Amino acid sequence: MTAYLRPALSLVMLMTLVTGALYPLAVTGIAQLAFPEQANGSLVRDGQGQVRGSALIAQGFSGDGWFHPRPSAGAYATVASGASNLGPGNPALAERVSADAATLYQASLGPVPQALLTTSASGLDPHLPPAAIAYQLPRVAAARQVPEARLQALVDEATLQPLVGPAVVNVLVLNQALQRLAPLPGN
Amino acid sequence: MHSYDYLLLLAFFALVLLPAPWLGRFYYNVMEGQSTWLSPLLRPIERGCYRLAGVKPAQEHNWKQYTFALLAFNLAGGALLFAVLLLQGSLPLNPQHLPGQEWSLALNTAVSFMTNTNWQAYSGEASLSYLSQMLGLTVQNFVSAATGLAVLVALCRGIARRSTTQLGNFWVDLTRATLYGLLPLCLVLALLLVWQGVPQTFADYANAITLQGAEQTIPLGPAASQIAIKQLGTNGGGFFGVNSAHPFENPTAWSNLFEVASIILIPVALVFTFGHYVKDLRQSRAILACMLALFLIGGATALWTEQQPNPALDNPQVQLGAPLEGKESRFGTTGSVLWTVTTTAASNGSVNAMHDSLNPLTGMVAMVNMMVGEVIFGGVGAGLYGMLLFVLIAVFLAGLMIGRTPEYLGKKLQAREVQLLVATLLVMPVGVLVLGAIAASLPGPAAAVSNPGPHGFSQLLYAYTSGTANNGSAFAGFGANTVFHNLMIALAMLIGRFGYILPVLALAGSLAAKNSAPQGLNSFPTHGPLFTSLLLMTILLAGGLTFLPTLALGPIAEHLSLGF
Repeated sequence: MTAYLRPALSLVMLMTLVTGALYPLAVTGIAQLAFPEQANGSLVRDGQGQVRGSALIAQGFSGDGWFHPRPSAGAYATVASGASNLGPGNPALAERVSADAATLYQASLGPVPQALLTTSASGLDPHLPPAAIAYQLPRVAAARQVPEARLQALVDEATLQPLVGPAVVNVLVLNQALQRLAPLPGN
Repeated sequence: MHSYDYLLLLAFFALVLLPAPWLGRFYYNVMEGQSTWLSPLLRPIERGCYRLAGVKPAQEHNWKQYTFALLAFNLAGGALLFAVLLLQGSLPLNPQHLPGQEWSLALNTAVSFMTNTNWQAYSGEASLSYLSQMLGLTVQNFVSAATGLAVLVALCRGIARRSTTQLGNFWVDLTRATLYGLLPLCLVLALLLVWQGVPQTFADYANAITLQGAEQTIPLGPAASQIAIKQLGTNGGGFFGVNSAHPFENPTAWSNLFEVASIILIPVALVFTFGHYVKDLRQSRAILACMLALFLIGGATALWTEQQPNPALDNPQVQLGAPLEGKESRFGTTGSVLWTVTTTAASNGSVNAMHDSLNPLTGMVAMVNMMVGEVIFGGVGAGLYGMLLFVLIAVFLAGLMIGRTPEYLGKKLQAREVQLLVATLLVMPVGVLVLGAIAASLPGPAAAVSNPGPHGFSQLLYAYTSGTANNGSAFAGFGANTVFHNLMIALAMLIGRFGYILPVLALAGSLAAKNSAPQGLNSFPTHGPLFTSLLLMTILLAGGLTFLPTLALGPIAEHLSLGF
């Protein structure tokens, strides 16, 4: 048995050195040189340099003057992230969805898009489908007293259409642009 | 289905199928010590490893020595990881000052990563230091995949070689698999992921003031390097708790494509590696056709079931459509379903949508993929050695039907081989049905379910299936972090890993010792559509049928009761 001991222990140590230390350090080195923005968390800063969030992590927004992201099962907690894990037949899911739909429903706009009623897998989904943005646009335009067409131009700028996935709008980026265009008093 | 959905599927199949013949040959060359374009760079490191570890690369092992070496290595690696997780509170690189894991959780986690399962009863960003993620988990992600690859090539050699006891040298196979087989691909994928937005830093978590003035902590870390290997090594353990659903772990539709293709990139290529070992690529094509057929059946079913609106949400104020609960906007239905099917077919277990919230029959496809023993591409190495066991069983059944001694590639299958094959057929039922039934019948452990009705049973069934199949995905509402489930699922993972590895190595030894009979006109051909169909039926009947009653109690009952 001792014949196995030395190679086993030495290879565990050597593999730890190579794959557990050298490899992550090499990736970090190259990543920090080539893609420093992304490697450090795609942080979003304001004019004063204060970190206001990450473009990839949703923030909770409340009030009529902001676009709201998807609901979060973990109330937008980042440590730890979490999902509802409600089964499709769980009565708690139907109750929550109907209650939220009753609040958000606008007869003039039709039924509420599902993205505004369902919690995301991460609880931190930074995006919304364009239809879910369109559903909120009249409310935000009214609250900020901005013409809807002007707001739509901002939305179009913040819309991503990858070749291999659905079109999405980054809510934080959009809200930041919105705040520059027509600041809400007190923010 | 939109145009981008078809493009995603097209790009996925192109990325995994086109490089496979080339990559399969590369793995053959690497594992047989032949020179490759990476050799000038890696050969000195490889030689250095052997010198420091006292390994003589030319000295081969018989199946028992190979097994002992594998067990010693896994035990040492598992023990080191267990220690790191217990003691992380007093170790460096712990910017959030996280305490060590509780002992049963640490044991569960160590077994989970050692067995290539990556079942996670914890949330990474809230409970693991950077050191534990790197020196602990990343290392086992590499070497558990390398272990699977080593076992596969030992079996390939057993089938290909004649009248010998030698199966190769475990230390050499492990080292080559890690250095040449995994590291270079991981480096490329990690950088692609950083480009798309995955963090890779040793800085502390960032503190932000949100646009509306609240405080927000942004978790960071060396994530990309770990995510690359957890995808390519079919490990699946996320850097963050919600795994590849987390926008830092999988930021865009493109990163989603790269990550989901990485899950089966190596398992598909290894099918060709086998063909090079037995000098007959027709065998590879037959096996690949069977795997693809099973993948497409499951995939098409899941894509269809997941498009169905949830009847429970039928409400005039809610827009009808494919369910979005537990899914991310940037992946949509197709991106989520493709991942769900791939990750469960391939024993990866990472998720980009919450399986707990999938429609019942979509969840069932995920379970069936695991229940047949993770042979639809399966884990790195592990998938193909599991599939080769089914190939041998199919050959044995064909032999019974035509009344001849069954033979595979000239090797006669006799009593000992068939006993070993049958032993492996028992692994999944023991882990899922026996351990699962114990858990379901005790009031304490059964209370871990978080959903009412048949879905609650599905949660428990999924947990034990995932553990035994060494998958690692979950119906994540299941409260798995209790001493009972930590220990029982750890046991299921050990049975699921070594319950295959030990018989496979014994089988490799027994096949290697045989002389090869010449294949004549009367031999049963193991390529072509007839054999592929026989193999498919064997997998579904021998592997799947056992679990039909449990599926009827879980997802099928749920589907019917919801009125889909």
